[in-house]
Amino acid sequence: MPVLMTPLAITSYTSTSAMGHGLAAQLDALQHMRSGLRPNDFSSAPLACWIGRVAGVEDTVLPVAHAAWDCRNNRLAWLGLSQDGFLARVLAARERYGADRIALLLGTSTASIGATEEAYRRLDADGGFADDMLRPGIHTPHSLSAFVAAALDLEGPCLTISTACSSSAKVFASAERLIRLGLVDAAVVGGVDTLCDSVLFGFNSLELVSTAPCRPFDAARDGISIGEAAGFALLERIDVAPDAAQLLGYGEASDAHHMSTPHPDGLGAELALRDALMRAGLDAGQVDYINLHGTASQKNDEVEAALVNRAFPAHTRASSTKGFTGHTLGAAAIVEATIALQAIEHGLIPGNLGSSTPDPLCGVQFAWRNEQQRVDVALSNSFGFGGNNACLALARAGFVA
Amino acid sequence: MSALRVYIEGVGLWSPQLADFAALRSQLAGNIPDPPPARPAAATLPPNERRRAPESVLLAIEVAGQAVAMSGHSASELACVFASSHGDQPITDYMCATLAQAPAELSPIRFHNSVHNAAVGYWTIVTSCHAPSTAVAAQRASFGAGLLEAVGQVLAEQRPVLLVCSDTAGGGPLLEITGCTQSFGCALVLAPESSATTMTSLQLSLTTSRVISPLAEPLAHWREANASATALPLLALLAEGRGRCQLDVAATLGLQIDMESVA
Repeated sequence: MPVLMTPLAITSYTSTSAMGHGLAAQLDALQHMRSGLRPNDFSSAPLACWIGRVAGVEDTVLPVAHAAWDCRNNRLAWLGLSQDGFLARVLAARERYGADRIALLLGTSTASIGATEEAYRRLDADGGFADDMLRPGIHTPHSLSAFVAAALDLEGPCLTISTACSSSAKVFASAERLIRLGLVDAAVVGGVDTLCDSVLFGFNSLELVSTAPCRPFDAARDGISIGEAAGFALLERIDVAPDAAQLLGYGEASDAHHMSTPHPDGLGAELALRDALMRAGLDAGQVDYINLHGTASQKNDEVEAALVNRAFPAHTRASSTKGFTGHTLGAAAIVEATIALQAIEHGLIPGNLGSSTPDPLCGVQFAWRNEQQRVDVALSNSFGFGGNNACLALARAGFVA
Repeated sequence: MSALRVYIEGVGLWSPQLADFAALRSQLAGNIPDPPPARPAAATLPPNERRRAPESVLLAIEVAGQAVAMSGHSASELACVFASSHGDQPITDYMCATLAQAPAELSPIRFHNSVHNAAVGYWTIVTSCHAPSTAVAAQRASFGAGLLEAVGQVLAEQRPVLLVCSDTAGGGPLLEITGCTQSFGCALVLAPESSATTMTSLQLSLTTSRVISPLAEPLAHWREANASATALPLLALLAEGRGRCQLDVAATLGLQIDMESVA
């Protein structure tokens, strides 16, 4: 049984997705219900679908000292780190605690596999990688974290978590444990995933990609839209930052059902939810807003809508924001955590963009349009392939469960 | 910072030369153990799953099954941390080659087996495990960083945890990049308290002084040939029953491990 958790302070956070670079652009897109999706202009061969592509990744230049890490995923990571004063906050934390007392825990589904795909598209005459691609560091799942550790000059524990679409929720759990055990004083957490052929053609092969912009929880939904994003947060002990938003709890659980479809009764999702509420010391009725996983896949939305119905009262508001960003896979959880934090900060329940005919399975909790109301507590659901489920509980500064 | 203490209740091991942890003991005692069959048996998997599963999954499930059997725990109650430096390299090679030539022909099964958490996903399914499960990577430090993640769960949550670290051999153009020329997998069951099945306890502490624990041949060569085999200094310690070793947990951070036998 999880024990009540001492909350952690979220002293800085940032997000870059198809909604724009940084929190102000994200808030503006949310307030105006403006989707960042556009017709696919990315894959190396045509594929009829919509994507959440981040503008300006191609023009991003890594610091000269870290040029060997250059690839689309690390460019997006650097673009993301450069927003909202995040770099300065990490620098200050490094000076305060020491470089070896800050953990770096990042989630990614495919890291820089796009660079490996490129290397295979232009192998040299003898069948090997071209000279400019002979950079072992970018052809591994740890590419993102190793680059960010170098770029932020952090020397503490450094780990990549890659549990598909729950990756960047689980980094919060790992960080909390390391801080609780006194192994570090702070943690940089987050996640980055970029568009690549592997996920576009991969999800397409599973017949999970819609040819239209995704329609989460719509009766006629027919698949996901894939996106890319980078998001980061700095976690510190609550006593050093009592005025910061809080991580109240987290939950993690496994479906033990199927590699690519969720448990039909949402068993793992519900276990993760109960785990998060218990650690946070919350009753479901205290939850003001849930940012749902809501991918617009047939099964996910069916199972998740049923979970919302049976676990929450009518006054808890719920929505998916995949219609704004697309499904950003390993980065989805951190992006949606920042949306939940903005919901708290600005009293904005984002509407469930993309659905015009709600699935009758959805209860009264669903916010189909934007709503303005005070939000003290927000949850974020993230579920991944392999039946990997996670839930984060976030709260306003000073909130006591 | 005070040292962390955890208890080891089970060890699993598989490589082309070593069928299990007992074979490592035999090797270190100067014998040449009989090598295992070419494919890990992975007896935890039902036969139809075993035929279909990629070798990366067989390897991880083989060592996980060994360690859990030794520990006496029910697999369904253990939280799982599965580490791998490269994930499934043959699938990455297949996917990148197919995407370069005929992307629309990509196999859906190979795609869903390409996720880094495929092995732990299959493990939780075949063992009906609803506990938290995770899949991690940290390049050449994947075992040490995975061990730290597992120890964090053991001590913060006061629950037993299954740690697996495995990489199969690479192939195709990718092999030149990963340098992973032979398979290696290992597993530990770690617990917060001693029990009837406790083999030994470990005291662990983080250190910024980086030391590479020396290994005799052929272990040093095996470590060179597979990032997951960076676990060998600790596995050798467990086989020999005492001593100290150090593993990398990050590019700039080490984990010093002292072992004490439990009578």
